[in-house]
Amino acid sequence: MGSATSDTPAAADPAASGRTPLTHAAETGLKIVVVGGFGVGKTTLVRSVSEIRPLNTEEVMTQAGVGVDETGEVTAKTTTTVAFDFGRISLNERMVLYLFGAPGQERFWFLWDRLFSGTLGAVVLVDTRRMDDSWYAIDRLEHHGTPFVVAVNRFDDDAARHSLDEIRLALALPDRVPLIDCDARVRTSGKHVLVTLVDHLYQLALAQEGAP
Amino acid sequence: MTRRPVDTGAPDRLYTVTGGRSRADDSFDLVTLVVGECEPSAGMQSEHVRILELCRHPTAVVELAAELALPITVVRILLGDLLATGRITARHPRLGQSAATHPDTALLQEVLHGLRNL
Repeated sequence: MGSATSDTPAAADPAASGRTPLTHAAETGLKIVVVGGFGVGKTTLVRSVSEIRPLNTEEVMTQAGVGVDETGEVTAKTTTTVAFDFGRISLNERMVLYLFGAPGQERFWFLWDRLFSGTLGAVVLVDTRRMDDSWYAIDRLEHHGTPFVVAVNRFDDDAARHSLDEIRLALALPDRVPLIDCDARVRTSGKHVLVTLVDHLYQLALAQEGAP
Repeated sequence: MTRRPVDTGAPDRLYTVTGGRSRADDSFDLVTLVVGECEPSAGMQSEHVRILELCRHPTAVVELAAELALPITVVRILLGDLLATGRITARHPRLGQSAATHPDTALLQEVLHGLRNL
């Protein structure tokens, strides 16, 4: 245990720049999003469980429809480039899970429907020293109907160690939303966060399928 | 001219790469797995060559974008070309792009099993 990869010796593909390719049987891609403010440890969490070194990519978004003028001036549109990290976990021969680290700040949320539609669910990563950053993300996820769990990333120097009950109260988090501690640097801890989320999703799906 | 909510506010290089197009093929999700169906051939655009090289193994759209260092919208346009000419096939995610499609228990059980075995 402890190895982050389950790869066979790298298939010599110079084009892949060291990135382990998926097997030919891989057919289903799945998504989970990790949301949180700057510096909360999103990339750290992704890295701790990913089988590849986290990669970075970007999407260029243009807000159209808002104040598009008569002349249709292209320059009148607002263009934003949003970068995000992602990692990968091969769940089995056929299924591969992608983890996306996404900025939770208000100004990025217009991108979310676009970038993360079809996600299984989300992890809200919280830093107790900057809890304000989490409120908006939680509110948006609830509004959007995306199921999520909240994971408190405990730092070594977290002097004022709030209990989970205190944090639940501070975030006004309903009892039905799982809230757990984690250490984003530790693989077993990151894995536990993901298992908690998917188990939560499973319970939700079970309840739904059981409903008449 | 109708514009999509998303297109590239493209600098010159991106304009050249896409031949001036800004309308991406929306059927490609971030995690659609792309599989090459042929080897690159002479005269192909270099980005197409690179995609076919990477897609000797199934490769997600988002990984292609990272490897090519191109925005996702641009990669979607390039993939649309290759798909239209039968040079790639696409394995789309089972969960649709609509937020209304929820995963079923069987799928989630498989995911849980995979995660627990990490």
